[in-house]
Amino acid sequence: MAVQRKSNMHIIDGNQSAAIAAKMSRVQVVAAYPITPQTPLTEQLSQFVEQGELKAEYVAVESEHSAMAVCTSASIVGARAFTGTSSHGLAYMHEMLHWAAGARLPIVLACVNRAIGAPWNVLNDQQDSISQRDTGWIQIYCRNNQEIMDTLIQAYRIAEQVYVPVMVCYDGYILSHTEMPVDVPDQADVDRYLPPYKPHTTLDPANPKNYNLVTLANPRIGVDGKLYHGYMELRYLLQEALQNSRETILQAGREFNEIFGRDYARMFWEDRSEDAEITIVAMGSLAMEAIVAADMLREEGLKVGVLGLRVFRPFPKSDVVQALRKSRLIVVFDKNISYGSEGATCSEIKSALYGTYINASIRNFIVGLGGRDVKARELAEATKKAIASLKETVINPDYPEWICQI
Amino acid sequence: MKANAVNLIEKEWILPGNRTCPGCALSLAYRHVLKALEGQCIVTVPASCATVLHGMYPISAVNVPCVNTPFASTGASATGLVAGLKALGRKGITVLAFAGDGGTHDIGIQSLSGAAERQIDFMYICYDNEGYMNTGNQRSGSTPLGAVSGTTPVLGKQQYQKDMTAIMEAHGLPFVATCSASYPLDLYEKVKKARTIEGTRFIHIHTPCPPGWLFPFSDTIKFGEMAVETGLVVLYEIEDGIFRLTSASESIARKGGNLQPVREYFTSQGRFKTITEEQIDELQEWVNARWKQCLHRATNL
Ligand SMILES: Cc1ncc(C[n+]2csc(CCOP(=O)(O)OP(=O)(O)O)c2C)c(N)n1
Ligand code: SF4
Ligand SMILES: [Mg+2]
Repeated sequence: MAVQRKSNMHIIDGNQSAAIAAKMSRVQVVAAYPITPQTPLTEQLSQFVEQGELKAEYVAVESEHSAMAVCTSASIVGARAFTGTSSHGLAYMHEMLHWAAGARLPIVLACVNRAIGAPWNVLNDQQDSISQRDTGWIQIYCRNNQEIMDTLIQAYRIAEQVYVPVMVCYDGYILSHTEMPVDVPDQADVDRYLPPYKPHTTLDPANPKNYNLVTLANPRIGVDGKLYHGYMELRYLLQEALQNSRETILQAGREFNEIFGRDYARMFWEDRSEDAEITIVAMGSLAMEAIVAADMLREEGLKVGVLGLRVFRPFPKSDVVQALRKSRLIVVFDKNISYGSEGATCSEIKSALYGTYINASIRNFIVGLGGRDVKARELAEATKKAIASLKETVINPDYPEWICQI
Repeated sequence: MKANAVNLIEKEWILPGNRTCPGCALSLAYRHVLKALEGQCIVTVPASCATVLHGMYPISAVNVPCVNTPFASTGASATGLVAGLKALGRKGITVLAFAGDGGTHDIGIQSLSGAAERQIDFMYICYDNEGYMNTGNQRSGSTPLGAVSGTTPVLGKQQYQKDMTAIMEAHGLPFVATCSASYPLDLYEKVKKARTIEGTRFIHIHTPCPPGWLFPFSDTIKFGEMAVETGLVVLYEIEDGIFRLTSASESIARKGGNLQPVREYFTSQGRFKTITEEQIDELQEWVNARWKQCLHRATNL
């Protein structure tokens, strides 16, 4: 049950929201490298540290690869570590993202979603974080600046419980540089919500341990005569941790609601889904645009609802199936493209529905790449186009349509 | 009291039976590094022969706490260890980065330079076997002119070695030093001294490698000594900008400064089988010129 508390509204942009959330999470080591549109986030954090508002080590590293290496090593020593990046920075970290998840280190990373080159483009899409889909990180997407604040705080709760790093993704410029009202929590409440980090690692000369040694494919007997995991067992445990993290994510959302009065006990957001025959699926701020589009279509008498994806990894297959069970048409908008295939979230929806009794048609549109404006009206028109296409065939096309000039 | 073979600390932090090759100088050097630190360190190790030395899960040959880190990230990993320890208020532990020449001169130079520029309080030791030995001996920025390797298979390397210690000196570090595994007491003294200094400390160790350099397993110490006696490796330290020759290099300088000719060093290792007379002459001139500079710079002669 939600608790009554005084709100503490501030008009801030998404980067400020993330910086304040990291500060309130009492991060102990921050390592980051500037990249548009993440830059104000890292500047704000260095300011918090220099002004003494945040008691943390701020490391102005020389690259994003190093930013994540600082985070992994700080985390393995036992410090709560934070970084933020975008686009090329995230791509540059790729090797270290695998390492962080493989080493089971509960690092939190703010990904300010941006297009990736060539050619250069600093504006928003979600190609950067989608490209890191298989690194073993939990990925949560935000629709607005309040969600950035709340999700980042929850991210530490989740990460430190399941020992899996969490990427909090929010759209560049659309959120990062746009001011909105955000209810900033009280530090005391955050402290109550987020207990200090308890590492699963020990680095102490009195009790020497060696982490992430060469590990063979098969289990191996240790000097104590016990059998220890092989590489494959360790990989299984990472997969299992993500599979089982759903409960932790929902619990973190429920308890967040109990203290802060905002409910996050959900893997995705649903809008007007009760009687929806047509469901629009979108992720991040695009989900907000989709709600406006659905309202427009409702006015025309179409029963349209919205499924706003929140947790992309682990992908909530059963929940999605449950939510889409009444839909006969699903229109998926992706701000990313798996070249030669389709949008990444569309593939997830299709895979979730396969083998269920739901036999909905699915249409995929690629939108908003490199900051191309996406208007609610365009989403509504695309949805109507999808409806019209059902007259020709209910079979899902092989490839997505693009909302662009070609 | 200066270290000698008798008073050297007895405790071992590298257990016998590790996975390095017979006659491996890296193993010998690391043994003395950990003795000098009395095991009071946290080590970060990138991909290299040192990874192999550390063992295979769940068995480690090394008795100090250690994290493995991706190849390019050693300097940043050390930074993270230092930052984490500081954030947790833990004091009195040396953070040691221990990397090969490939991990230092080439892929790791960015993160090392970044850490050094930030003056992170840690010790970086590069053991130099002059090639990518873990992947079966390919050329690195530290492979010498004329050496045959997996990626210089026919002609031998056409370029000189990168002088990494000079690059690190240019970062304005409080302590940089060169060592050789064949002179373990000199190495021990330098690591012990570096342990007491704050800031980024860089130590380069020449570590001959029998299978990579193609000489008999029993000759590791001999080739290390020969490199110093010919001046191909000069043992020195620079503390707060003050340059001192040490150990055998200091003795040679004091006894008139006469180096042995380099020829035999090259003709007796299989990796130099295609080196030309002109290359040997060139290298001799290079050695002479550098030795002159060292004699000129030395403040302790
Ligand atoms: C990013 C990356 N590229 C390549 C490798 C493969 N690799 C592992 S060790 C190594 C060479 C190491 O050379 P060096 O640092 O000199 O150490 P040594 O093996 O000679 O002791 C290479 C190329 C790797 N692990 N990571
Ligand atoms: S290849 Fe060379 S450096 Fe590597 S373990 Fe063998 S002898 Fe040592
Ligand atoms: Mg090497």
